[in-house]
Amino acid sequence: MANKRDYSLVGESTRRAIETGLASAEWYHTDVARKGMKELMQRSDGPAIRDTIIWIAAILGSAAGIVWFWGTWWVVPFLFVYGVLYGSSSDSRWHECGHGTAFRTRWMNDVVYHIASFMLMRNPVQWRWSHARHHTDTIIVGRDAEIAVMRPPDLIKAALAFTGILDFRYSLPTLVRQAFGKLSDDEMSYIPEMEQHKAVIAARWHIAVYVATIAVAIALKSWIPLVLIGLPRLYGTWHMVTTGLLQHIGLADNVIDHRLNTRTVYMNPISRFIYWNMNYHVEHHMFPMVPYHALPKLHELIKHDLPVPNPSMWHAYREVWPVLLRQLKYEDYYLKRELPPTAKPYRGEFHELDITAAAAE
Amino acid sequence: MADWIEACAVDDVDEEDVIRFDHGGRSYAIYRSPDDEFFATDGFCTHEKAHLADGLVMDDIIECPKHNGRFNYKTGQAKGAPVCVNLKTYPVKVEAGKVMIDIG
Repeated sequence: MANKRDYSLVGESTRRAIETGLASAEWYHTDVARKGMKELMQRSDGPAIRDTIIWIAAILGSAAGIVWFWGTWWVVPFLFVYGVLYGSSSDSRWHECGHGTAFRTRWMNDVVYHIASFMLMRNPVQWRWSHARHHTDTIIVGRDAEIAVMRPPDLIKAALAFTGILDFRYSLPTLVRQAFGKLSDDEMSYIPEMEQHKAVIAARWHIAVYVATIAVAIALKSWIPLVLIGLPRLYGTWHMVTTGLLQHIGLADNVIDHRLNTRTVYMNPISRFIYWNMNYHVEHHMFPMVPYHALPKLHELIKHDLPVPNPSMWHAYREVWPVLLRQLKYEDYYLKRELPPTAKPYRGEFHELDITAAAAE
Repeated sequence: MADWIEACAVDDVDEEDVIRFDHGGRSYAIYRSPDDEFFATDGFCTHEKAHLADGLVMDDIIECPKHNGRFNYKTGQAKGAPVCVNLKTYPVKVEAGKVMIDIG
């Protein structure tokens, strides 16, 4: 009988992960010569400046369209574009700039990181640390603060995620609580003590901007300020969820090989622009130093050692759906990704038992 | 008390790069700056146990390969989250084509 998963970061699963050596473990990496890796890791401002100019221009252009066409049906396509740029592509900008890999120049990463964090209603300090933990202990139950779909999966919750309602309902009260100086036990487990006051200050800034936005909306007797600031987190979040859920859903947990718990999916160029190439997710987790614009090259270099990518998002969801249904009954079940013959096999230690169990289901 | 040991040959480290050097059960990182100067620090990131020699050297910064934490490898100064604790540095000299570090 399998142990029930405890997803808190200070509970039974946490204790077990530390005891068994799953926490802060040595992860598998595909062999890449230092010279090649150095070239891939090189930073440059050019690609991110170009993409950021396009991004900001598209945000401002679609915002202007919303204001201009407000009150007519012509506003709908502008809302569609603005929503995705604000509520979805901010996630990849937050992510890449949080790693400090988008731009070579540090302050450029920091500026975009803070803007994107605000758009996402994410505390920039808290989430920097939660994401560091996500990379240390990817999908290790009781350690990873960013597991999107827990087991057994709550399919209604997963479906509602596409509307942004649950995230909104979580993120805004979280910022309010933090603005009052209260961090949860989970948050304090991964934000070092010396950084915790910064999380409180950041939350206060975010709340101050939202209060100002509401005040402007009331003063103007108009919904437009809220449609432009805050509400896109609801109506524009669907693309972030569509792409982001595929990163780890249905795959193994409590393993130390990203090939087992992370998924690479080929995507169309528009989604890749919005997502900043995070569809190459196994590659990103294995080598987080490689900037988004070099991930396709990294993929070509190491794909012989990785499971075959899903050819499309549609293919990936079709593959995941039966796994989720099965996890409703057997939460230990997961999709085992087959490796090509050119790949190094999965290591034993933490993986053999899980794989055997899954195969036996 | 000084304890100079030979870490590597000058040519073992490319310009603006880093290599790992293990000695006495400890790991060190040996850097060659773009100005062709050599520096040495502890080999592991102070945030989590990751070899800095797998990271990226940019000017006078070493970026950790695990969480992209940044240090000034000349001074050991941590440059912000997720690294908060400075890196220990060691004196370095070059003699007869060899890079020597003082681990005393």
